[in-house]
Amino acid sequence: MHLMYFTEQPMSAYPEQAGRDFGATALMFSNKHFDPAAGSRLYNEYLEHYRLAESVGFDGIMLNEHHNAPFCMQAKCNVFASILAATTKRVKIVLLGNPLPLADNPVRLAEELSMIDMVSGGRLVSGFVRGGGQEQLATGVNPAYNRERFEEAHALIVKAWTQPGPFRWEGAHYQHRVVNPWAVPLQKPHPRVWIPGVLSKETIIWAAQQRYPYIALSTEIEATKKIWQLYDQVAAEQGYAGGPEYRGYLQRCHIAETEEKAQANARQFMWMQGEFTGLAHPVWSSPSGYFSPAMRKAFVEYAVGRRSNPRGAEFEDQLRNGQILAGTPKTVIPRIRKLLEETRPSIMGFWASDGFVSAQDTRTCIRLLGEEVLPAVREIGKELGLWSPFEANAPTSRAFPDPARPAGQMAVAGAGV
Amino acid sequence: MDWTTETLAIAGSSMHVARAGSGPPLLVLQHDTGTPPGLPFYDALARDFTVLRPAHPGYDGSDRPSWMRNVRDVAVVYQTLLAQHAATRGRRDVSVVGLGFGGWIAAEMATMAPAALHRLVLVGAMGIKPERGEIADQALVSYIDYVRLGFADQAAYDRVFGAETPTAQLEQWDLNREMTFRIAWKPYMYNASLPHLLGGVATPTLIVWGRDDRVVPLECGERYAKALPQARLEVVEGAGHYVEMEQPESLVKLVRAFVTAV
Repeated sequence: MHLMYFTEQPMSAYPEQAGRDFGATALMFSNKHFDPAAGSRLYNEYLEHYRLAESVGFDGIMLNEHHNAPFCMQAKCNVFASILAATTKRVKIVLLGNPLPLADNPVRLAEELSMIDMVSGGRLVSGFVRGGGQEQLATGVNPAYNRERFEEAHALIVKAWTQPGPFRWEGAHYQHRVVNPWAVPLQKPHPRVWIPGVLSKETIIWAAQQRYPYIALSTEIEATKKIWQLYDQVAAEQGYAGGPEYRGYLQRCHIAETEEKAQANARQFMWMQGEFTGLAHPVWSSPSGYFSPAMRKAFVEYAVGRRSNPRGAEFEDQLRNGQILAGTPKTVIPRIRKLLEETRPSIMGFWASDGFVSAQDTRTCIRLLGEEVLPAVREIGKELGLWSPFEANAPTSRAFPDPARPAGQMAVAGAGV
Repeated sequence: MDWTTETLAIAGSSMHVARAGSGPPLLVLQHDTGTPPGLPFYDALARDFTVLRPAHPGYDGSDRPSWMRNVRDVAVVYQTLLAQHAATRGRRDVSVVGLGFGGWIAAEMATMAPAALHRLVLVGAMGIKPERGEIADQALVSYIDYVRLGFADQAAYDRVFGAETPTAQLEQWDLNREMTFRIAWKPYMYNASLPHLLGGVATPTLIVWGRDDRVVPLECGERYAKALPQARLEVVEGAGHYVEMEQPESLVKLVRAFVTAV
């Protein structure tokens, strides 16, 4: 298994009442409430937590980004990835991921990711996402071309990584006279690409067509099973068998020394209603053209308040159905076993705390995960044959069947200064 | 009034064009939100004109041309329609009424063929960047709130769309909005070149604005009137952006008098 630590990096130090009064903190809640002194403290606490996660035995650190929103203060995952590339030694740096449609220059992304891969000694996993609905508005990018831009930017980045330049790119959304970045990935054929998602069938199908692992973001267990059904079906059409090495899952999981404390802290996953969209204004989180045409009616009804969020569920429901786990290692491990048995992922992200959980409680959570939960999960993974893409030597992609690995041993030996 | 709907293929995609009436041809271009099928305004126009009322490509049931990227593309499609349609081909008396977003398209058409149209009527037209205010951004508000913003009197909205607007209408508004994003996302709802090109338009133009237009500021009407060599501005009281829905009789009178004047 590949076990990752994750935090949304909440910018929780702002007047809570101001957020509640405004009502929808993702996108338009004024950044006059952003306190940079608290921001400075929090960024450095999060870095400390990442280093702790490495030292207690996590295999990877998962990073993401969001814009204009207190629920995630990481506005550019490549910035934290760069820091971690230089300040960690062993963990994979798993970006889930860079929102491709938001990039007006994907070649620049290809360069940045290559630099991170080289500095880290080939520890980069470069996931790509579409970005949330309000992210399109926050960055002024046309939601109606979101998927087209995603696919074209991906094709351009992979070409920039794998084909010597200079070459010219004349696409529908990107045009580049000269693609010839003097920074290429250390890993060959190219860093592994994982695709996280939560809802869109199109993304699952696309990931399976590329033979990229798909990372289900805290979906409900029956929904997760449907995801794998679809993925495996597309995989079979592509001529390969789906299975654990193509399956990832992000689990909200707060561990504490007592059940009571864990339950109380886990409620913070609902901070900003706990969803990726924060206290999302339905119009901003689902701009026209962004969502699946098949879901148009549902999103239209949601946008005018005639239906609840197609993405959301209440805290108690999520505790019951296992989307949120909270407890001591003793009570949580059997629930993880159930998840692993039923959905068979080999990649697991532990989203360990959120909101106003104290730095001390987060450190305790990370320590307990590392000391007690991860070893047990690894044993269960072995018993169930849940081999990660690294353990299984899985192909990098359909187009590049060789497993990704760093070019040249010297580079690896010199990594992690 | 009997309306028939033709389906025409222009630039490779099929488009619905509603038609009624007799007399000189009048092309009516719709809002970015499309239109309900029957409005008293359309029927009244059809008493004096042969009205052609296309659903824009990608709006209200017309096919979405995936290649289309800007509002000038739509204007070219309508120039093609005028050149091909039996009711307009070769005629010198074709006039255009553009409502809101349709007004922007009509203005673009006029710049492409500066002397070809008989009369031009622009009602609350988008297309020019205001210097003081802003054109309302529909991306930040719900379908209902955006359309309601276009009414001075909310009871008028309720009469046209129903106080509890049916979901099917909302879905259509979403499709229309998606197409608007595809062709007018950035810069939003204006073309910086347009004011410069309007100076060459020889077509006499009537600019009409609802006094309470909260979607496109009245200032834009003033700028249109200044940029077009032969234009005057009429302000309609008791109307917002959707003048044809709130004050249909006033608007019909203005259009009829202006288009038929010798």
